[in-house]
Amino acid sequence: MWDVEIRGMASAHAIIASSIFMATVMPAVLLENFSVYGTHMVWLYCVAGSVAVVNIAVFWLLGISPPTKKNTLSYKINRLSRSCLYFLLSCLFFHSVVVMYGAPLLESALETFSLAVLLSTLTTLRCLCILGPNVQAWIRVFSRDGAMSVWDTSLQITTGCSVIGAWLGAFPIPLDWDRPWQVWPISCTLGATTGFLTGLVAAPVWIHWHRKQLTYKLK
Amino acid sequence: MKLSSSVFALLCLIFEIVSIALFLRGFFPVPVKSSFSAKSKLTDFPAEPHTGDGVNSSRAPAPLFRRVVLLLIDALRQDFVFGSDGRRFMPYTRHVLERGSSHSFTAKARPPTVTMPRIKALTTGSIPGFIDVVMNLNSPALLEDNLIWQAKSAGKRIIFYGDDTWVRLFPKHFMEHDGTTSFFVSDYTEVDNNVTRHLDGTLKRDDWDILILHYLGLDHIGHISGPHSSLIGPKLTEMDDIIKKIHSSLISKESEGTLPNLLVVCGDHGMSETGSHGGSSDAEINTPLVLISPAFRRKAGLEEPEVLEQVDLPPTLALALGLPVSQNSVGRLIPAVFEDSSLRDQLRLLQINGHQLSRLLRDSNPAFHKEDGYEQFRVAEKAHGSWMKLYMDGNTSEVLSNMGKKVLKQYLEALKAMSSALSRQLGNYDMYSMIMGMILILQVLVLLVLAMPEALSREAVVDVPLASSLLSLPFCLLCVLGSALHVLVCTSAGGPCYLCSLPWLLVFSVILFSSAFMCALGAMAMRRIPSSSKTPAKGCAWTLSELDTLLLIGTVGHTLSLASSSFIEEEHQTWYFLLNTLCLAVFQDVCRKYFREQRGRGEEMDGKYFRDPRGEEEDEDEKRASSGMSSRWEKWLALVTPLMTLACCRLLRALNHTGVQWAHLPDFGHWLNSGDHKPFLSVLSVLSLVLIFLLVQRHCSLVSKIALALGMLGVYSYRAAVGNVLFPWQHSSRTVSKGTVEARFVYVFVLGILFTGVKDLLRSQVMSSAGDSGRLKSRGLWEVYSGVVLLVALLFRAHNLPTLACCLLIQTIMAQFIWKKMHYDAAQTTIMHYWFGQAFFYFQGNSNNIGTVDISVGFVGLESYVEAPAVFLTALSTYAGPLLWACHLLCHLSSERDRAVMGLGHGSYCFALLRSIPVVFYVVLVTSLRYHLFIWSVFSPKLLYEAMHTLITTAVCLFFTFMDQERSARP
Ligand SMILES: [Zn+2]
Ligand SMILES: [Zn+2]
Repeated sequence: MWDVEIRGMASAHAIIASSIFMATVMPAVLLENFSVYGTHMVWLYCVAGSVAVVNIAVFWLLGISPPTKKNTLSYKINRLSRSCLYFLLSCLFFHSVVVMYGAPLLESALETFSLAVLLSTLTTLRCLCILGPNVQAWIRVFSRDGAMSVWDTSLQITTGCSVIGAWLGAFPIPLDWDRPWQVWPISCTLGATTGFLTGLVAAPVWIHWHRKQLTYKLK
Repeated sequence: MKLSSSVFALLCLIFEIVSIALFLRGFFPVPVKSSFSAKSKLTDFPAEPHTGDGVNSSRAPAPLFRRVVLLLIDALRQDFVFGSDGRRFMPYTRHVLERGSSHSFTAKARPPTVTMPRIKALTTGSIPGFIDVVMNLNSPALLEDNLIWQAKSAGKRIIFYGDDTWVRLFPKHFMEHDGTTSFFVSDYTEVDNNVTRHLDGTLKRDDWDILILHYLGLDHIGHISGPHSSLIGPKLTEMDDIIKKIHSSLISKESEGTLPNLLVVCGDHGMSETGSHGGSSDAEINTPLVLISPAFRRKAGLEEPEVLEQVDLPPTLALALGLPVSQNSVGRLIPAVFEDSSLRDQLRLLQINGHQLSRLLRDSNPAFHKEDGYEQFRVAEKAHGSWMKLYMDGNTSEVLSNMGKKVLKQYLEALKAMSSALSRQLGNYDMYSMIMGMILILQVLVLLVLAMPEALSREAVVDVPLASSLLSLPFCLLCVLGSALHVLVCTSAGGPCYLCSLPWLLVFSVILFSSAFMCALGAMAMRRIPSSSKTPAKGCAWTLSELDTLLLIGTVGHTLSLASSSFIEEEHQTWYFLLNTLCLAVFQDVCRKYFREQRGRGEEMDGKYFRDPRGEEEDEDEKRASSGMSSRWEKWLALVTPLMTLACCRLLRALNHTGVQWAHLPDFGHWLNSGDHKPFLSVLSVLSLVLIFLLVQRHCSLVSKIALALGMLGVYSYRAAVGNVLFPWQHSSRTVSKGTVEARFVYVFVLGILFTGVKDLLRSQVMSSAGDSGRLKSRGLWEVYSGVVLLVALLFRAHNLPTLACCLLIQTIMAQFIWKKMHYDAAQTTIMHYWFGQAFFYFQGNSNNIGTVDISVGFVGLESYVEAPAVFLTALSTYAGPLLWACHLLCHLSSERDRAVMGLGHGSYCFALLRSIPVVFYVVLVTSLRYHLFIWSVFSPKLLYEAMHTLITTAVCLFFTFMDQERSARP
């Protein structure tokens, strides 16, 4: 039972991780003068888009999402619109947090917002896929000892890693090295992506390692 | 020896300060000084080779110029003359540079690029040590040998108009002078008109030889609105007109048969992209140096100006006027000035300059024989001798001139080598003192870390086994070893070393103390080891919450970041970043607390016990008892508090941009100060003052409240008197004054409030009932605190008053909703206060650059410069942020009834530890990076800041200890 779930998660994570690689490699083949630094926004939205699509597809197929009680169309639309709203709100939230951290307010608002979109894709979108638009569940998962399944733990780990990655990514900005990746927000997006990938790798490993200690309450 | 935590922390800090002082003494080089005689004399000139032993042999060549006008434009940057700004705004000067008889150079100023050391460099030719700036903020008379003194004793009549630093440096040197004070940085027209109004009269007269003009307006414009301000152009044009006026007057005075005149235009330092100066960026050190005189050849076009050192000007001027070169000058002649003199004279001048440099080199460097320049000079002097022999024989062939040119080249190379050797000498360190200071400071840190479990225990008592270690064998061995080492170091001929020059008894007591310390450390470490190995389980139980992890990572990360020069320059970014993360972590904690509460009591209590093992529940019960309405309000307020703090920090961050990389971006502070926005500034200051008053008066007695209100009024009228803000019922007819009366009015109230507070504190000691005395004491502390706030409000610039208001606002709401409710322990609260203090240090516009220290604060309420109050006020206003947060911590910790007993001890211990970790790391780092390229521009100012901060922390800990003693003395 355990091993099956962990293996399933590992393969799901592998698919998501490979989608990030594809999003980096494919445009380089298809588009002319594409580079991660030079046309950073293109890269960013490629990654965000592919991660979003793959996430939704994988979790739909695996059926991880909480079972819907009512199967009516209006309920589904309601859920969908609420998810969209939450996603937008989370983008705004990340944007304002980044501005609080000192990003210029007006000057490079587009870049800042793109960073917020990427962060939301890496964190909020996964929450929406796994937990659905249910704030109570989110609070439960992100409070101490609140995880109830392997997926909850993996969600905690990947979200934490992405945010910490973006946080660490801000460190090289004040250095006077004048490198292309020090331009706002490249180091942060790279940090977030790297953190996310690390989280994808770390989550199955960590769960496998600690499977003896992990005892989830039944749903 | 049993000590309470606060006393222990205080002793550690005092010991640390002494060790840092020893380290600094070794680190900052003693300036290069000649030991020969006090001042150079004409008779000190070396004899010209092969001219016989007559009186004429040591005569200097005749002077080149009759009169010199030195036009010093403060903060004249190189591109203001040579760049596009020069082409647009200084047409006359550019014309002279391109077509007239002139020489233009780029003169490199040495950091620190501050006016006073630059004036010293321009007159003495020496490079003032870094420590000079700090030690001589008051600029007393310059006793060193200098150009002005030489000119005066040669009977030259000197007139000076401009910055009164000159008048203080050279009292009684000028035949006539009118100093303008650089007191009002916001004024940039009056300071210059004060100089120019004398110009016409003086230029017509014939009774002077040297005229020195120092214009401050450009510098003031830079400080107000930066180098790209629209005010710069008109100012440069004004300067251009002055140059034109002087130049045409000098030309018209020129007559046949007399020597030509010289006009020197130069800047003392440049201006960074923010308009400040003090550092070592290219824009700050590159200044133009223009020499205009009919004696020079006409130019065909503007050439790329040659680069030379600023200190090359004084020896050139001295020799061109027929004066001796000052003793400690490290500059060398500018050959272009003398290119039309005869070859014999040129060689002679180079010989004199070289002789002076070689003597300085001999006096200041024991290993002078090994220097290339010294040897080259000896060779060149010999060649000069043989050239003179040929010359005296009447040889006039081509051979002679070729040979002369070769000698000239040899001399120039020798001068260059000697000059750079002397400049390099400034980087010599007294390693013995540095290493001793480092060892002592490391001991303190190890002691602090070893004592951590005891100091943070419930009893807050540390046991230092000093007495027992005094009798041990290792102590005697260490003493003997230390003495032997000392003798060995001092007898082996190294560089000059401070410890060896100390009296033997003092050194021996230091060795005794240090060895005893070492033994005590050993004993403490031995005590720790078995206890930790016996109970390993105890270490595991000590879990860290997310907040603890963040505080730990932040402290360590900040310390490590000091290893990079960029992170030192941009240290404010580190602190803002950490502070934001802290606020978010607190926010997450608050969310967790209040949202879990909803889900069920039982679970919530679980979490509660987990976080806070001591289980303080009283206030939980209180809350349950109180109405549900207020607790709901409380919840939302607690949730909003960290977010509001974040928003405040973001606003403050936009108020003052500091650092290096982003400092030039327009910030809100500049916008407020730019003159057109005075009404905004006035309204903002009024609002801030009202807010400050409302926030600070809550805990005070009625008398203090009234005094505080009057004091706030006084602060505003002081700012209005100085001309920073508008007074509603008084229009621009009012003249700008120093505001001495208003400032003193505020000082009276500050003293009154402080006096009331101290009186309350003392009275609380003799009170019988514990409850009353506690209340009185807390009121006394708050009154002292509000007195400090009022003083800081007076000292802060008007645009910084919102910083103070935000500081108080954040303190109030955080104390109310977070620190009291969230059950953070004393150590966590202290670390948070320390972080806030650090961030506010930068919010108020400070940086790790000496240039941002606001020295004008030292004049508030004083008619003239008085050292002690000026230094005190400057230090207070610079460190206002950390100080206010430390004071708030004291008030907060002692107002907590249940944990006050050990809270103060824990607080002061944490302060000591938090200060020691970066200091020790930084001292070790600076020692290993002492040959780094940025050591003088980035690392040493930071070292001074760290030392000063440690001193301030010691003062704070003293106060903590005082309050803690009072409490423990009570039964
Ligand atoms: Zn200056
Ligand atoms: Zn200045």
